[in-house]
Amino acid sequence: MSIRWDDLVGSALLGTERRRPAIVAGDADEAAAGLLDAAAAGVVRRRAGVRPGVARERPPLAAPDTRPALPEAARRRLGRLLADRTGGGSGNRRGSAPNLAELLPQWLAEAVRLGYGAPDELLPALLDAARARTDLRADAVALAGPRGLWLAGLNPDWKFVLRSGHRGLTAAPEDPEAVRKLWEEGLFAERVALLTRLRPADPAGALALLESTWSGERAEDRLMFLDSLRVGLSAADEPFLERALTDRSRNVRSTAAELLSALPDSALAGRMADRARSCVSLGPEGITVEAPYECDAAMERDGVAPKPPNGRGERAWWLGQLVDAAPLSAWPARFGGRSPAEIIALPVLDDWKPDLHAAWCRAAVRQHDTEWARALLGPPPAQASPVAAVGDPAKLLSILPEAERAAWVADFIATHGLSEAFQMLGVCAVPWTEALGRAVVDALDIARDAGSYPWSFSGVMGLAERCLDPGASEQVAVLSAAAEESPDGSPGAGAYWSEAFQRLTGTLRLRAVMLAELRGSGT
Amino acid sequence: MWGLCSGSGSKPYQTVVDVNGPAYRCSCPSRKFPCKHALGLLLLWAEGAAGPVGAGELPEWAGQWVEARRKKAETAAESAAVKAESGPADPTAARRRAERRAVRVEGGAAELEQRLTDLLRGGLAGADRAGYQQWDEIAARMVDAQAPGLATRVRELGTVVAAGGDWPSRMLEETALLHLLARGFLGRQGLPGPLADTVRARVGFTVDTAELLAGPTIRAPWQVLAQYDSADERLTTRRIWLYDAGAARFALLLSFGAAGRAPELALPVGAVLDAELAYHPAALPLRAALGPQHGTVGSGGAPAGGTVDAALASYGTALADDPWLDAWPVVLSGVVPIPGPTRWQLAHPDGTDAVPLTPATTGLWRLAAVSGGHPVTVFGELGPTGLHALAAWPDAGETVPL
Repeated sequence: MSIRWDDLVGSALLGTERRRPAIVAGDADEAAAGLLDAAAAGVVRRRAGVRPGVARERPPLAAPDTRPALPEAARRRLGRLLADRTGGGSGNRRGSAPNLAELLPQWLAEAVRLGYGAPDELLPALLDAARARTDLRADAVALAGPRGLWLAGLNPDWKFVLRSGHRGLTAAPEDPEAVRKLWEEGLFAERVALLTRLRPADPAGALALLESTWSGERAEDRLMFLDSLRVGLSAADEPFLERALTDRSRNVRSTAAELLSALPDSALAGRMADRARSCVSLGPEGITVEAPYECDAAMERDGVAPKPPNGRGERAWWLGQLVDAAPLSAWPARFGGRSPAEIIALPVLDDWKPDLHAAWCRAAVRQHDTEWARALLGPPPAQASPVAAVGDPAKLLSILPEAERAAWVADFIATHGLSEAFQMLGVCAVPWTEALGRAVVDALDIARDAGSYPWSFSGVMGLAERCLDPGASEQVAVLSAAAEESPDGSPGAGAYWSEAFQRLTGTLRLRAVMLAELRGSGT
Repeated sequence: MWGLCSGSGSKPYQTVVDVNGPAYRCSCPSRKFPCKHALGLLLLWAEGAAGPVGAGELPEWAGQWVEARRKKAETAAESAAVKAESGPADPTAARRRAERRAVRVEGGAAELEQRLTDLLRGGLAGADRAGYQQWDEIAARMVDAQAPGLATRVRELGTVVAAGGDWPSRMLEETALLHLLARGFLGRQGLPGPLADTVRARVGFTVDTAELLAGPTIRAPWQVLAQYDSADERLTTRRIWLYDAGAARFALLLSFGAAGRAPELALPVGAVLDAELAYHPAALPLRAALGPQHGTVGSGGAPAGGTVDAALASYGTALADDPWLDAWPVVLSGVVPIPGPTRWQLAHPDGTDAVPLTPATTGLWRLAAVSGGHPVTVFGELGPTGLHALAAWPDAGETVPL
């Protein structure tokens, strides 16, 4: 009884009334039963006789990962952090459960720092998490390692891994031929990533690569490529940058000028120093400023923008640009060998002080000059005086040594509270020093006693969850005991505060456990 | 596992938990069950081997409880055995009940036959427009006839059409198998014993677990290969696959929970349990009832597996015993997952043989990640549309559930 399966399907579709299968006899009813019998035999035969399919092309092999595996407890912790990622959304800031969203980035950073590789079975969840949160990407990609890169090559959802300039993956020396090919044929993002990846290890090579195609690039692309030279900038880049000063695009010109001014020995820095010196001099009553009267073609070529933004005077605008591009090392000689602190202390005539000092601040940040930054910052302002008179304190702080930075901010918070401190805290090293941590917790305590709501400080709370030393958790735990409602406080604030402190404590404790697990000294 | 918890009383509470059960015992007065002390102990335990819940001698009070539990389990098993031997309280009434049910199921099977013949006479064309309703109605008739196995299959017929693709062929396959089952039940007297048991089980007759366990059981080191849940609007079904490496045999434990609730039975995937179980009678014994457990004897590595070709051949052989089989447990060793835009494949590093993975396989990317392009061992259920992969073992690695 051999009848082809397709014939059976054909009869079944049309019905035995209309199309009777070849081998069965009888009326339509009997034919239907016969068809079912034949089909039953057919299906078992079909299924039992199934043959293996033909394999498609197999994927390439992933590069081996020689990094050590995570300790068992840490591996399970990562699994839980990744699984809870969707549950503990950062949208819900209330409640006293620990804030896991703040913990994952730290976990990843610490694991990368300790040189671990991610467990293979968690890679999909890890890459999904990194896809959803860009702030996790750098560490997640580094932790995922060669296996993650391999996986991302198979799944378009994880394309970002291929794009990011991955740390930890640069160990393999790149094949020059492949680099050249990628540079000449790659997509823009791939080329930027390539340049970013090459630059730290081989600045000259990266520069040569860029120069080889420079004249053919589009203006926007030139700007991005130029920006990637910031890393590993040195005198060797000067000839190229000097040429870029005559670029067709104004943005490219000004970026080139900015890069050159960060090289104190460059010709451009020298020219700017000459110009700046001619404007600023020391008179018997203090610093005299004679701002430039015009912006000539040579100045414009060196990156000075001729048109000031609305509300700024032309001459002050030009002066600012000259001073912030001039090397700071030129000033002591101009002021009779005075130190930066003494120079800052000199009176400035005719109300030029804000402009001059602000320009020096920008110069100190750009040239990473610690001594000038310290002098410009001064001691933390006293209680009554206006905050942040000059420049951007957070930026100046960022170039001070870590301990000094933390001490300055701790003093600042002790006098001024938290309302202005968010950006300054952001540039402090993690974990916060003990003094800084205590200053922040005390300030939060004071804010509670003053009767404000905790979510006015949610930014600082978030930072504290991330940066406070886990050792401080006991200090916070004491605060989480519900305090008496202060008489002039906002209604219900006390309960919210103790909830907020509980969450902070919980997060800190969990963080301590988590870091101990990573270091292999499980509790 | 045990611990002492200092509560409000003068004496610390004594807390014991047996995770094979699970069962709890605590000296606190709380009427919640398990109490917070037991939960706390479990949380500490979950922190891992490095945590404070380490191995150690059981103190006397904990030992007593464990001993008492074991005795109670033994007594229960004995009494079940006695009950099974002595049979139900009134054998005649029970037989009459069974006969009545058989008659009703026969009625249902005959009605189903009539419906299927009608369907084939009129043709399947148009079934794709008819929707689920006609199938739901027939399924309801089968439930009335006390044939839940037939009802489930009928309901699935409705989804075949909705799945699209080459539905007429798949529809005919399923209809023919349903026909085969109905005819098989009607003619069960003429079938060999084991096949008749298979037919009864597929139609929806169940065997009492206690009765099964009262009979001979198989004690072996059973490795827990996989555990997964599937849910419909009525029921959550948990399937747990066990494997006895010594005898190269599989066992399937089924456990049910009300919709949205997790079934009670949970076994640690990867562990090897020293346990007794009894197979349900069938031509191809797979489904089993779990009997007494005698503890964990470590964790197992990758089971020994075979080639794609051998796995397909074994499925073919198994179909001869149970034509309705749609989940045949196989272990494939040395296979590489090949991602694809539509269906993934598993294939050996050389040769052309490949088996497709079913879309039901969750964790395809986890499978790819643990493989990294290298051969791995994979356990899964082989069915007519491919392999539903459930667990993987990378080289010298632990079980990775998929």
